[in-house]
Amino acid sequence: MPIYEIIIVLTLVGLVMTALAVVWFKDLISAAIALGASSLLLSLQFYLLRAPDVAIAEAAVGAALTTAIFIFAIRATDRQEGFS
Amino acid sequence: MNWKMSRVVRTIADIMVVPIIIFGIYLIIHGHLSPGGGFQGGAVIASSTALLIIAYGSFGKHKDSLSSLESTGLTLFILIAFLGLGYTVFYNFLASGGAVFGGTVPYGINPGRLDSGGTVPLMNIMVGLEVTAALSLILWMMAKGSDSMDVEEASV
Repeated sequence: MPIYEIIIVLTLVGLVMTALAVVWFKDLISAAIALGASSLLLSLQFYLLRAPDVAIAEAAVGAALTTAIFIFAIRATDRQEGFS
Repeated sequence: MNWKMSRVVRTIADIMVVPIIIFGIYLIIHGHLSPGGGFQGGAVIASSTALLIIAYGSFGKHKDSLSSLESTGLTLFILIAFLGLGYTVFYNFLASGGAVFGGTVPYGINPGRLDSGGTVPLMNIMVGLEVTAALSLILWMMAKGSDSMDVEEASV
């Protein structure tokens, strides 16, 4: 089994694990950071599937800008999930 | 609330802003040769704005200047598109005229020539200007709007 398929499978497993961590976390900042990590792994997956254009857009928008906007929104509201 | 992070974070942000902006400009002006283009380069430059806002807080008043920069980018985009009126949209009026992006790519296998592409690099530059201004405006307005809320503990 070549190294290429091994990296693809490891990236997909990490993608599923970070996506489950987004749902699992009760702390919203931890969930936002996990969403950024998931987006970064999705960008790596786009690069491995030979779409570097989409990979650059995903890394810039998904990992940097969306995480910053989520953290600004969490600052203005509650940090914990649920009604309190 | 004008929060400020520690001196370590501010110094690293000052150092890292310059390579991020240079990489964004590289993505914009090599958009017709390599992966990237106006939107990707603009998003990369706007992420440096996110870095500065996180490190220094939402300082100053930049709403009107960013909005006018966005309008300038869109207006120049439409103007360049309509300069080829009578032929097609984005007609390559720079082709082999000795202008800046008017060169021709040599025959055969080559890594590409930056001085080619006609009106496509101009379109990429205008799209990059517009996307940079628009995403920076979104980030700055989000940071400014979350400042004026009633925050009990500013833990971020």
